[in-house]
Amino acid sequence: MALKGNLHDFSITQLLNLIHLARKTGTLAIDGRNNAARVAFKGGKLVHATSGGADGRLVNLLIKVGKITPEQGKQIPANKSDRDLSEMLVKAGLLTKQDLDIMVRANVREVVERLFALTDGVFRFEPNVLPDDQLIVDPPLSLDNIIMEGTRRLKESEKLQDELPNLDITLHFTDRPDTRLRNVNLSVEEWRVVSYINPKNTIRQIAQANNMSEFQIRKIVYGMLQAGLVELIRPAGGALTPPPGARPVPAPISTEVKRSVVNRLIDRIKRI
Amino acid sequence: MQTVKMVVTGPFSAGKTEFIRTISEIDVVSTERKISSDAERVKETTTVAMDFGRITVDDDLVLYLFGTPGQKRFDFMWEILSEGMLGFIVIVDSTRPETFREARNILDTFRGYAATPYVIAANKQDFEDAWTPDDLRIALKVNRSLKVLPCVATDKEAVKSVLLELLYSILETMDLEAE
Repeated sequence: MALKGNLHDFSITQLLNLIHLARKTGTLAIDGRNNAARVAFKGGKLVHATSGGADGRLVNLLIKVGKITPEQGKQIPANKSDRDLSEMLVKAGLLTKQDLDIMVRANVREVVERLFALTDGVFRFEPNVLPDDQLIVDPPLSLDNIIMEGTRRLKESEKLQDELPNLDITLHFTDRPDTRLRNVNLSVEEWRVVSYINPKNTIRQIAQANNMSEFQIRKIVYGMLQAGLVELIRPAGGALTPPPGARPVPAPISTEVKRSVVNRLIDRIKRI
Repeated sequence: MQTVKMVVTGPFSAGKTEFIRTISEIDVVSTERKISSDAERVKETTTVAMDFGRITVDDDLVLYLFGTPGQKRFDFMWEILSEGMLGFIVIVDSTRPETFREARNILDTFRGYAATPYVIAANKQDFEDAWTPDDLRIALKVNRSLKVLPCVATDKEAVKSVLLELLYSILETMDLEAE
């Protein structure tokens, strides 16, 4: 089942967060107003990215970094796969495998980081579809650092306010086994926030302790949330943002409705 | 005669009326009006006050299902409908990511009305473009302990399954409170 939608409704950050947390394998096609890209993932990690049609081919990348001249590039047959070309170059001693790896990784990161500027366009994620003739980053790149880097570039305070309306709630570190805080490149400000995270401190208190503005703290917490490092602790049964004039209604379960009533309802619905 | 109430809520055109219609033993008492706004014209009519369905358990017990209006301008009805509810269901159209943020806001609002159990029904799972319940969980940023259930609001078995899961959650809450 393909995932599709509009970046206006579901941002690049949210998409990468979804792919990262659900450990998806497949290819994400982005078609923005000024940028188009195809990004491939394996188990929620980045393995390949190209932007703007042929721009992502290895031959163009080699020209871009000055490893070959445009004239030499023209002599390479258009139907030569990236994989074949890279093997040929390594065998000919023109490139080492390490050079190639560094170059491809840097390019993939650059393509994805450029996507964070997109606010409009459509996306489509095709599960289990991977490029078969192009260079794959191996081992794959973890998305948490890329998401953090992307959110550092956010400039729209309104969007952040929408994503994180209430600062009077607390945070805790996720208990996902693959979350390793020490593997994520955090800035000094982010580490300062990390040091205050515990269920007793609200986000607002953390901001005050670090002398940060609401925009700064929202940006940092939003990045950590999207990278799957922390989770919000929602007050049990309480709203994150109580609606104006809302009157809390006492829960009727334990006092008014007996367990037998619920069991009778279950029996009845089963018989429908 | 004892009556208990469940609320079915969610964004505009998520499938709330259909959900109640599928399971109710009476014709759903619906307060639908023709849609005047072009922006919301994905269907011909919408609920403006509430939908009302009923499941009779026996001579002494009746379950009422109340469907909230999905359009934002009728949200003053939400709190009234939520009073005394046993639990609530948030229906989400899994094919329309543009409604996910609103679904999350509705969820938070209803959590503020009462500390009752709730589940999320990922509706329209029979459509090719439907997001899976697991993807929806991440998109809505809901905790892993909360049930996000596959649903097709026109399918009686799927609707039954959602209602039963909510009732099981209510029982679990009772157990926790008794401890």
